[in-house]
Amino acid sequence: MEAVMVLQWGFDGMLAIALLLLAWRALRNPDLFTAIVLFIAFGLVMALVWVRLQAPDVALAEAAIGAGLTGALLLAALARLNDLDDSVDDSHTVDAEIK
Amino acid sequence: MSVADRSRLPLVSRGVRLLLLALAGGLSYAVLSLPDQRVELSDQVSANMAASGVHNPVTAVLLNFRGYDTLLEMGVLLVALLGVWSLGTAVAHRRGGPGPVLSFLVEGLVPMMILMAGYLLWVGAAAPGGAFQAGSVLAAAGILLLLSSKRLPVRLVGRPLRLVLVLGLLAFVVVGVTLLSVNGIFLQYPPGLAGGLILFIEAAATLSIGVTLAALFLGGRPDSDT
Amino acid sequence: MNSGLLYALTGVGLFTLGLNALIMHAHLLRKILAINVMGSGVFLVLVALGGRVPGASPDPVPHAMVITGIVVAVSATALALALMLRVRAATGKPRLPEERQE
Repeated sequence: MEAVMVLQWGFDGMLAIALLLLAWRALRNPDLFTAIVLFIAFGLVMALVWVRLQAPDVALAEAAIGAGLTGALLLAALARLNDLDDSVDDSHTVDAEIK
Repeated sequence: MSVADRSRLPLVSRGVRLLLLALAGGLSYAVLSLPDQRVELSDQVSANMAASGVHNPVTAVLLNFRGYDTLLEMGVLLVALLGVWSLGTAVAHRRGGPGPVLSFLVEGLVPMMILMAGYLLWVGAAAPGGAFQAGSVLAAAGILLLLSSKRLPVRLVGRPLRLVLVLGLLAFVVVGVTLLSVNGIFLQYPPGLAGGLILFIEAAATLSIGVTLAALFLGGRPDSDT
Repeated sequence: MNSGLLYALTGVGLFTLGLNALIMHAHLLRKILAINVMGSGVFLVLVALGGRVPGASPDPVPHAMVITGIVVAVSATALALALMLRVRAATGKPRLPEERQE
């Protein structure tokens, strides 16, 4: 019985440390693309944590919406930001592109 | 580049860090000192599960006991979409078309994702699942289609699209008002009909959530050539 | 201390990390990431404290609230990203304008 408790505690501790570490690295990373990818990984570890907390509905929602959809939205916004940076730095061009 | 992002002086940042440490300490103390008692809400939920029409307690809470909150949440999704649509039109997609890998994946995955969404919707009554989970899988299928440059035909953008978007909120309000006129209480399901009403509302909500989330990904008002 | 309290403290840590990043960074996309991390921290505290009593079935009311919260967070993120792109189009950089010391 004791060994199972130690394993559970170890697993929970690793998940908690992984969450804090991923969040810290995602927020501090100088490259935005890496930061978003780390944030998606953070969302997936969060889904595991929800399973550990006996919340499977929340785990499904977090994996699909929190990690998947938010990650897709962030990456699309980053791509649009980079597109705007790559185009000519002329205000008329920018206005024409955004309409 | 993170140094260039920081636009604060080092002295201010040290002060902020100290304040945040104090905040974290205070919150941790609050969390640790909460009494170890059981809230009665979960007992009330378990006691009323038989009358709720479903077997999954989370679905019962979301769609029956706190159905009004879910109705408002459909409203929040629509308001966010209104905000995004009012900020500009969608960026035109690339004319190149998808590559072979993406096409193959989309052809294989999208039908299975639609099937998965239907399964999650159906099984939400008894096992983990439900409208939000099913709607998000549907949205992911929609995003895959958008990424491979497939767009809705022009005649579907406009009224049909807007009708599907409001379908979830509309189903909720219609059921609520009908029950109000019959029973006198907004959104109180009679126990015999509760399961069917929940499934009906959830189906409409799944469609709405899926289309709304995919439209949020598009990032702007669809105009005539998207 | 059971695992619920461990995750609740992790949630507090996530909230503080997110708040720190929200204050310190000027780039709007990083602020949006920070708000999402703060939101996840709050959800973790809600659900972890809901399952405090060991051996009993988990409380479904915080689960429902957190599912609602996740959907609201993604809609707010989508709106915030659209606003950020407008700020970029209007001012040329995805940052809030610096305050001048008048």
